[in-house]
Amino acid sequence: MSVLNNLIGGLSLGSVYAIIALGYTMVYGIAKMLNFAHGDVIMIGGYMCFCAMQYLGLPPVVGILIAMVVCTVLGVLIESLAYRPLRGAPSLAVLITAIGVSYYLQNAALLIWSSNPKSFTSVVALEPIQLAAGRLTVTGEAIVTIIAAVVIMTALTIFTSRTKMGKAMRAVSEDRGAAQLMGININRTISMTFAIGAALAAIAGVLYCSAYPTLSPTTGSLPGIKAFTAAVFGGIGSIPGAMLGGILLGIIEIFSNAYISTQLSDAIVFAVLIIVLLIKPTGLLGKKIREKV
Amino acid sequence: MNGKMVNAPSRGIIPERDADKSLALETIHLGISFGGLKAVDDFNLTLGRTEIGGLIGPNGAGKTTVFNLLTNVYAPTEGTIIVDGKDTRGLKTFQVNRLGIARTFQNIRLFNNMSVMDNVLVGLHHEMDYGFPKALLRLPGFYKSERIAKKRAMEYLSLFNMQDMAEHKAGSLPYGAQRRLEIVRALATNPTILLLDEPAAGMNPSETAELMENIRKIRDTFQICIFLIEHDMSFVMGLCEGIAVMNFGRIIAKGTPEEIKSNPQVIEAYLGREKGK
Repeated sequence: MSVLNNLIGGLSLGSVYAIIALGYTMVYGIAKMLNFAHGDVIMIGGYMCFCAMQYLGLPPVVGILIAMVVCTVLGVLIESLAYRPLRGAPSLAVLITAIGVSYYLQNAALLIWSSNPKSFTSVVALEPIQLAAGRLTVTGEAIVTIIAAVVIMTALTIFTSRTKMGKAMRAVSEDRGAAQLMGININRTISMTFAIGAALAAIAGVLYCSAYPTLSPTTGSLPGIKAFTAAVFGGIGSIPGAMLGGILLGIIEIFSNAYISTQLSDAIVFAVLIIVLLIKPTGLLGKKIREKV
Repeated sequence: MNGKMVNAPSRGIIPERDADKSLALETIHLGISFGGLKAVDDFNLTLGRTEIGGLIGPNGAGKTTVFNLLTNVYAPTEGTIIVDGKDTRGLKTFQVNRLGIARTFQNIRLFNNMSVMDNVLVGLHHEMDYGFPKALLRLPGFYKSERIAKKRAMEYLSLFNMQDMAEHKAGSLPYGAQRRLEIVRALATNPTILLLDEPAAGMNPSETAELMENIRKIRDTFQICIFLIEHDMSFVMGLCEGIAVMNFGRIIAKGTPEEIKSNPQVIEAYLGREKGK
């Protein structure tokens, strides 16, 4: 039974990684940049929900909505203030800026909320479900997280394949120059992508803090890096790839924690990434990039 | 019967144009410098509403740069561009497109991983009038707007009998079909001026002849101005009503095909000067 317990734990953690990785992969696919501040938007989402529930006494659902709205606005602001002026700049400049934004958010959080960890009250009110005479426990958080990840991935897939804005995003992702010559507003499309990514980060932040209830200004860093790894693992730019990468990463992490070594679990996760990239450099579901001769 | 000819479209996609005969495009002293190099200099040109114009010149003469200026991909350092009576100064590329300039590319730039249908739908982007909430909630307005857009995309595809390919990936089409799809996608943005960058590149003589016929039919059907860059002289001479010749960033001659053929400066630019003259 402990195997099943661990599997559910892995699926649950993996679903959080997947939701974060979806944000990374969308932004990378469309804006062609690695938004290293994405993990810190998760942290802001967590704090927003925490403040709404703790200080204002609002119900969890409202807390999540407030976190999503604040993060969406924050995502759009970060894009327009920090990244948009660098649209034509070398990718290294954009990358360094993203790291700068990441530190900025962490330090702003440090100023506002101090370095004392806050204890986050879970937004999920479901009681853990006991199965197989108490030997298998499924927490409410795990159920909600897994369902949320599946719903989000389905919604994103429909959004990008069926809607006008989704098609514009795919067009911008493939050929920005040609897309704008077809009348597509590149800035608006990229803003929209950041808005979606940041809203997902808020959801992920609330779910992550519900499962691991300590909230500090650096809470977002590690899940951010892991989710980035997951996105690369699955094939960056691919929506199902981010989902698959996230879930596999979560499962690998929990299993190595349980059966190999708690200290080595992160090392094992990254070792698996390196092996996958050696065998398939574009990630599990990544598209082959044909070099033009 | 040749299956690739332009079919007469149903009335739905023929834009209603006002009948006035004002110019479709006018450039006045247009120029751009990159560093100290004047890539395009003192470029003056007018194109009528339903004119087919040609731009020729040796490699590196600045022809594609002119297209990039007309679409505001490059901001001109000098001069003015007037599209449909409006100055395009300061507009973004996508706004210039909405003002009425569409183009194809020398090296095909389709959205290869998207379906043929979706490529045309991107061209129709500006006129699909549902917002994100409607799409998210899948309200009836979304389905209606989506259905109308798909129907219109099909009408555009039917110009080249490409309806059967609608669900194929654009990147998987044969070369000729990709070239045609680029024209269809550009037409879907409802342009007043269509810029074609080397439309006959890589085509054999029979395909080239067919393309000439198709371009004429597109002009007649949509009543638009077409401005093209091409190296195939018989293509340009046989199709264009007015031709401008560029060399070293400047227009060295303008006129009808007959005038261009006999212009000594043009002959010199292409063939070089004879020794001793």
